[in-house]
Amino acid sequence: MKTTRSGTRAPAKQDQYTVDVFAVVNGAPVQWRVDTRTTLLEALRDSSGLTGTKRGCDQGACGACTVHVDGARVLSCLMLAAQVDGRQVTTVEGLAGELGMHPMQEAFLRHDAFQCGFCTSGQLMSAVCLLREGRAGSDAEIREYMSGNLCRCGAYPNIVAAVREIADGAGA
Amino acid sequence: MRAFVYDRPAAVDEAVATVAADPQAAFLAGGTTQVDLMKDGVWTPDRLVDITRLPLRGILVESQQLKVGALTTMEELAAEPVVAQRLAFVRSALLQGASVQLRNMATIGGNLLQRTRCRYFRDPTVSACNRRSPDSGCAAVDNVARMHAVLGVDERCIALHASDVAVPLVAVEASVLVTGPSGQRRIPLTEFWVRADEGPSIENVLGHGDLITELDIPLLPSGWRSGYLKVRDRASYEFALTSAAVALQMDGDMIADIRIALGGVGSVPWRAREAEEMLRGTHVDPVRFEQAGRATMASAFTVPGTAFKVDLAVRTLSRQLLTMTEASR
Repeated sequence: MKTTRSGTRAPAKQDQYTVDVFAVVNGAPVQWRVDTRTTLLEALRDSSGLTGTKRGCDQGACGACTVHVDGARVLSCLMLAAQVDGRQVTTVEGLAGELGMHPMQEAFLRHDAFQCGFCTSGQLMSAVCLLREGRAGSDAEIREYMSGNLCRCGAYPNIVAAVREIADGAGA
Repeated sequence: MRAFVYDRPAAVDEAVATVAADPQAAFLAGGTTQVDLMKDGVWTPDRLVDITRLPLRGILVESQQLKVGALTTMEELAAEPVVAQRLAFVRSALLQGASVQLRNMATIGGNLLQRTRCRYFRDPTVSACNRRSPDSGCAAVDNVARMHAVLGVDERCIALHASDVAVPLVAVEASVLVTGPSGQRRIPLTEFWVRADEGPSIENVLGHGDLITELDIPLLPSGWRSGYLKVRDRASYEFALTSAAVALQMDGDMIADIRIALGGVGSVPWRAREAEEMLRGTHVDPVRFEQAGRATMASAFTVPGTAFKVDLAVRTLSRQLLTMTEASR
């Protein structure tokens, strides 16, 4: 099985506190041999070098670490890497296609939907799911269903505008 | 985080046997409380038995009840059409809890077993916590408290049970099926949790190795309506300060029958039976609504930071009763 490029962490010794995880990340199979305590967030960033997913609060309160597992948005800081064995994971690095950025990424740029950018990966991952969930019927609904993603810079009006534009374009 | 062995058994019996055989082992479901507490060093299992691949996910709709697999996520339960039609207050409470990301992870069984959000309980540098270590005291009673309970508590512990969905579930008298080392049994949710003033270190009646496999929710009979009002510090993604779950059946301008439970106030999801008694068979009367709320809160134990919850809970219940009887006044 193809593995990702080596991460910053030395391979863990194979023992009862180590687990082998096989998953598909952004369409490519990956194998992680990690300490059982490793969160999905840590495996993505440290073992696979996918640092687009951010560690914000690291306690499930901010949404910066949002990724998709089997198509559903989840918090990678509260999920063990072992729990995605056999699952499909999508990170912000997997949003863009061969033709360029995901429309939601372009909308975020057009609407200046960020300032420092730290929360943006999580915002994008939530926003993409929100469209699939059919929850962009109004600005109020967008705000409610984006509430798990905090933005300390306060770019919320611009984020809502970006999501609204894509939702309207998609006929949602 | 303390090192742990990770197991992922394929069958319920195997999972139960694995945990039962090891006093330091625990089940792992959605992880939204558990992984957080392990990072904090508050919860230190030596072995985690991941149950998320067990065949306990999905909803079976029967004529009188829903049989909900314990690993069904909060989002999945909220999306079930029958929940919207026959258990509106359950759906409302689900969707007002946490965020979509957390609701996609959190299982319904795990929701019932969530640990208190008391900041002192969650801080291992605080030694005074009767919930964590018996007879060590209670830091919350003597320090800043706000998101704490006022019912079913005393000076030994004011920990709040913060679940939203558990509030309508006790109102509608849901029950759980539990598989343990000695077999299977059913526990009504009204008898599932242990009040902090009945023993702060014991949270529920489950023993080591007991696994919730199913939640059974009776459907409200036709002609009943229900609603859940949640009052909180911000509009979304926040725990309740107070909440009220009400289901009722009207007969003209009379309340023929009613179920009430309150959230944000109890060490357990708080069924308000005395309020139900006061309102059942009575005509719609806002004064009586407030009296029913006052009666429920009469036994409140408050500290300076939580005293506001008494009035707020009375008003929350009154407002929800007014909303739900509006057409009958």
